[in-house]
Amino acid sequence: MSSEIISEIRRDYIVNLLKEGKRTDGRGVTDIRDIKFEVGLIESADGSAKVSLGETTVIAGVKIIPGTPFPDTPNSGVLTTGAELIPMAHASFESGPPGEDAIELARVVDRGIRESGMIDVSKLCITPGQEVWMCYIDIYVIDYCGNLFDACNLAAVLAIKNAMVPAEQYGKGENYPLPVTCTPISVTAAKIGKDLILDPNFDEEHIASARLTIATDDDGNFRAMQKGGQGSITLDELSSCLDMAVETGIKIRKIIG
Amino acid sequence: MSGHSDIVLVDEKGIRIDGRTAEEHRHVKIEAGVLKNADGSAYVEIGKNKVLAAVYGPRECHPRHLQNPTKAIVQCKYNMEAYSVGDRKRPGNDRRSIEISKITAEALENVILTGLFPRASIDVYIEILQANAGTRCAGLTAASVALADAGIPMRDIIPAMAAGKADGHVLLDLNKEEDNYGQADVPLAIVPSTDEIVLLQMDGNMTREEFDRAIEMAIGGCKELYALQKAALKRQYTVDGEEDDSDEQ
Repeated sequence: MSSEIISEIRRDYIVNLLKEGKRTDGRGVTDIRDIKFEVGLIESADGSAKVSLGETTVIAGVKIIPGTPFPDTPNSGVLTTGAELIPMAHASFESGPPGEDAIELARVVDRGIRESGMIDVSKLCITPGQEVWMCYIDIYVIDYCGNLFDACNLAAVLAIKNAMVPAEQYGKGENYPLPVTCTPISVTAAKIGKDLILDPNFDEEHIASARLTIATDDDGNFRAMQKGGQGSITLDELSSCLDMAVETGIKIRKIIG
Repeated sequence: MSGHSDIVLVDEKGIRIDGRTAEEHRHVKIEAGVLKNADGSAYVEIGKNKVLAAVYGPRECHPRHLQNPTKAIVQCKYNMEAYSVGDRKRPGNDRRSIEISKITAEALENVILTGLFPRASIDVYIEILQANAGTRCAGLTAASVALADAGIPMRDIIPAMAAGKADGHVLLDLNKEEDNYGQADVPLAIVPSTDEIVLLQMDGNMTREEFDRAIEMAIGGCKELYALQKAALKRQYTVDGEEDDSDEQ
């Protein structure tokens, strides 16, 4: 994600527009792109969602299968999140095992879901100490136009909300919805020069010096964060990112219902 | 951050299970220049964490396609040794270590004057000999000292320390029990001369007030650590007979 080079003239154009508080795609600095989503589109998955954040498109699928619990949590289900940056999504993506960008992306999305307690894993026990439901969330980026963190968070959250535990298939009783407690929403800000913008598009992301992803829960409490990039952020900038994450989180929750 | 347990992590007097107050960090030991072969190195202990960092470079960048014609790149490998944790850790890269390596390299790149060494690579190796919560911060703290020991030009040395929450109290520098049974963890690294944040992660559950307090505490901890980092470098490079007022804490 970090290797693309943006031409000097494009960079200057973006930076100069930002000085007037404007962005190349017509947005204000705190506006996010349009969110479009569709859930349940993959019938072979136990839950699925396709999300577009502007022109960035990702698909998340949930597969739930019986498995062995971890020894230290014998009565809890297991949650695993993966992300794939596949070659169809951008010329800079190569096939092969996940690189550091894909791994960081998956782990940041995972952290928001896990730390918010979105999935009540205590309700995913089949036989205590022996068998629990393993919940695999796999996210595929199919069109990369910036801000994968928030697009993937949305897709994962919507796929989880859409998911059914396939108990009948395994002779474990009736199917039931994956137990969900809240809606963790991540909001990513990018720093360009001294300006902070929300939901960076491709070009903005590639000239930004730093980014900060913040996941909040329904109460506006902070559940996960990740700073990225070689640039630094000041304490004042951190404070405005926290405010924006809460405000924008509320807006996004309204959009996805 | 599993959250709940019967263990009392902070007693009614505000004292933690290892005897510290909320704002105290664990005992810190820093030594610079501990390895012969590496261009720079450092050994750091923070409580029961034992960490080695080594720096090679600036040197020719391999693989070559990673070379940047305008500046040096910083490559970091964070590795937990197999015997460093309770259960044996399977050797080799896992997703956690890849993520930590990435954010550590990004933080270091912020202070290294990479523009002085086009096409070169500065390689940082962090080995966790013993882990007890806070290894990424200990690793970054050690790596900064190792870079200085290697004589690599930097605009500052980075200290890193976490703050977090356990038993509902905001605490500096969580130990293993507080990390396992607590409610939040916020690793932070700053550029001490400017208070800029170069590494920030968070997981758990915190209100805005708790988070602000955690950041304030972590910055305080980082500044104390910074003094110890500089003292370690001065000890290493003070010639006998010169005044050395730096004391290990």
